[in-house]
Amino acid sequence: MSKILVIAEHLDGKLNSSTARAVSAAVAVKPDAVDVLVLADNVATLAAEAAKIDGVSRVLTVERAENAHPLAAVLAPQIAKAAADYSHVFAPSTTFGKDVTPRVAALLGVAQVSDVMSVESAHTFKRPIYAGNAIVTVEAEPSHTVVATVRTASWPAASAGANSAPVEALALDVTLPSHTRYVGLQSGKSDRPDLQSASKVVSGGRGVGSKENFDIIFKLADKLGAAVGASRAAVDAGYVPSDLQVGQTGKIIAPELYMAIGISGAIQHLTGIKDAGTIVAINKDGEAPIFEIADFGLVGDLFKIIPELEQALG
Amino acid sequence: MKILVGYKRVVDYNVRIQVKSDGTGVVTDGVKLSANPFDDIALEEALRLREKGIAEEVVVVGIGPADLTAHLRNGLAMGANRAIHVTTTDAVQPLTAARAFLKLVEKEQPGLVLLGKQAIDDDANQTGQMLAALWDRPQATFASKVEIADGKATVTREVDAGLETIEVELPAVVTSDLRLNEPRFIKLPDIMKAKSKPIDVVELASLGVDSGDHLKTTHYAAPAKRSKGVMVKDAAELVAALKQKGLL
Ligand SMILES: Cc1cc2nc3c(=O)[nH]c(=O)nc-3n(C[C@H](O)[C@H](O)[C@H](O)COP(=O)(O)OP(=O)(O)OC[C@H]3O[C@@H](n4cnc5c(N)ncnc54)[C@H](O)[C@@H]3O)c2cc1C
Ligand SMILES: Nc1ncnc2c1ncn2[C@@H]1O[C@H](COP(=O)(O)O)[C@@H](O)[C@H]1O
Repeated sequence: MSKILVIAEHLDGKLNSSTARAVSAAVAVKPDAVDVLVLADNVATLAAEAAKIDGVSRVLTVERAENAHPLAAVLAPQIAKAAADYSHVFAPSTTFGKDVTPRVAALLGVAQVSDVMSVESAHTFKRPIYAGNAIVTVEAEPSHTVVATVRTASWPAASAGANSAPVEALALDVTLPSHTRYVGLQSGKSDRPDLQSASKVVSGGRGVGSKENFDIIFKLADKLGAAVGASRAAVDAGYVPSDLQVGQTGKIIAPELYMAIGISGAIQHLTGIKDAGTIVAINKDGEAPIFEIADFGLVGDLFKIIPELEQALG
Repeated sequence: MKILVGYKRVVDYNVRIQVKSDGTGVVTDGVKLSANPFDDIALEEALRLREKGIAEEVVVVGIGPADLTAHLRNGLAMGANRAIHVTTTDAVQPLTAARAFLKLVEKEQPGLVLLGKQAIDDDANQTGQMLAALWDRPQATFASKVEIADGKATVTREVDAGLETIEVELPAVVTSDLRLNEPRFIKLPDIMKAKSKPIDVVELASLGVDSGDHLKTTHYAAPAKRSKGVMVKDAAELVAALKQKGLL
């Protein structure tokens, strides 16, 4: 009998779509129950949102002032305690899930399966290693709680609307540490679509040349209604903030359309986009490795091609 | 303050990984091995803290087979004061590594443990968080800036939503992200100097940590390949192709 606890991720009072993706992975285990755990200082709207996700059996909430910000040291003991009744604990493999989940696993004294791409059985999973250059099948110890993070790009968000799971407040008797304090978030928030869930993404690399030049990428993205991404080189050079980085150490995304502009296609970048539907590459170097995986390649100077593209788009 | 630094050896990030045709592993024979890039960054940060007078001693730690010595010498050449080599012939999973680090932490009493955010072989991204949990101390993962004063570390973290800042009391575990710093290059005289620096060798089993596999890897496969598409001649042709696929 398996029962899965999915840890909800949220920001500014809104559920992150990564939560519904983790639910999809949980449902793939074919468990008896999938419960979502919401830890926040204000749970009502988050819980109501989570209750609508298809496949969710119950929503459990822990409302505490200490849960206002996602501090792993504060959340992990609560999750570990709540996990007692479950065979599996799943969280999205976002920076939130990557931070907190191993802490939960260690408190439970068990290993963690990172970045679950597919569920083979209740204890067998596939996950990427070496920047996605190899896919391994791993078996977790059946007598242990399975603690896993879910590679969000591998899973569609479970749809929402039809369900109305019951919401229950959970009373957890845990003392929380005070050694870790939240100071602030400098958010790269914009009105553009969110990079991790957008259906179209336009990314720029070192070839864009400067922060000022990057406007050309933003303009094209706006015209297409796309999110903006970047290579590590573009972030390191200060063209755009770090939360736009796509790749092994940035965001792993799966948009329907990905346009890589002035990006060479290093393996660490490609690992972030291999689940994209259609990849377009624009690069002045016809030998750039990005063309090996692009569905549509166009060789030329991006500063000439982008204005032409905008014109062709009408 | 003493700083312990995780210094794992991995297949160099430039190597094109090949999965063995029988699915039993990846090809590592004759392949270039290097320090995990994140660990070089962790070590660099520790060295800078020592240079600023915040730390006195920097100790690099490697858990792995006997031939890890040369790798640890690189860490010493970069500037670490000494090294600890925890020996085992088994592959080391994050929970085992965290348990071994905990034993070293209990003995060495560091004010800070600096690890990489992830090892680029297993891409697990777990060891630092697990160590912090077992040690019951704070963690600051994915650090792009670390400031230490008054027994606290103020750490800027690269998170999906932007840059988050948290404050943690020391001792604590910090894991490095790529933009924390740019590691220095090792100079020839430093390689000579490193030869006389001490490396303590302890067996993993003697620390009371079992190295048993927690997760069993049963199969290795090459990833599904994306095939090469078509080249278009200009912007108009590209737009037409994308429209035809219903993407525009
Ligand atoms: C541990 C580790 C983790 C990493 N993680 C990531 C990651 O998460 N994401 C990531 O992206 N990288 C990552 N990298 C870095 C990666 O190896 C590459 O260095 C990086 O992706 C290169 O970025 P780029 O393609 O923008 O730059 P470059 O490789 O310099 O390529 C620039 C391209 O722009 C083209 N160009 C220049 N001018 C023009 C023009 N006018 N018009 C058209 N084309 C032009 C050039 O032909 C070239 O192909 C990581 C590296 C390491 C070691
Ligand atoms: N065998 C090891 N030897 C030294 N450090 C390690 C070892 N395994 C993990 N680490 C440290 O833990 C970090 C994260 O590793 P991982 O959790 O495997 O992604 C690495 O960057 C190292 O700093």
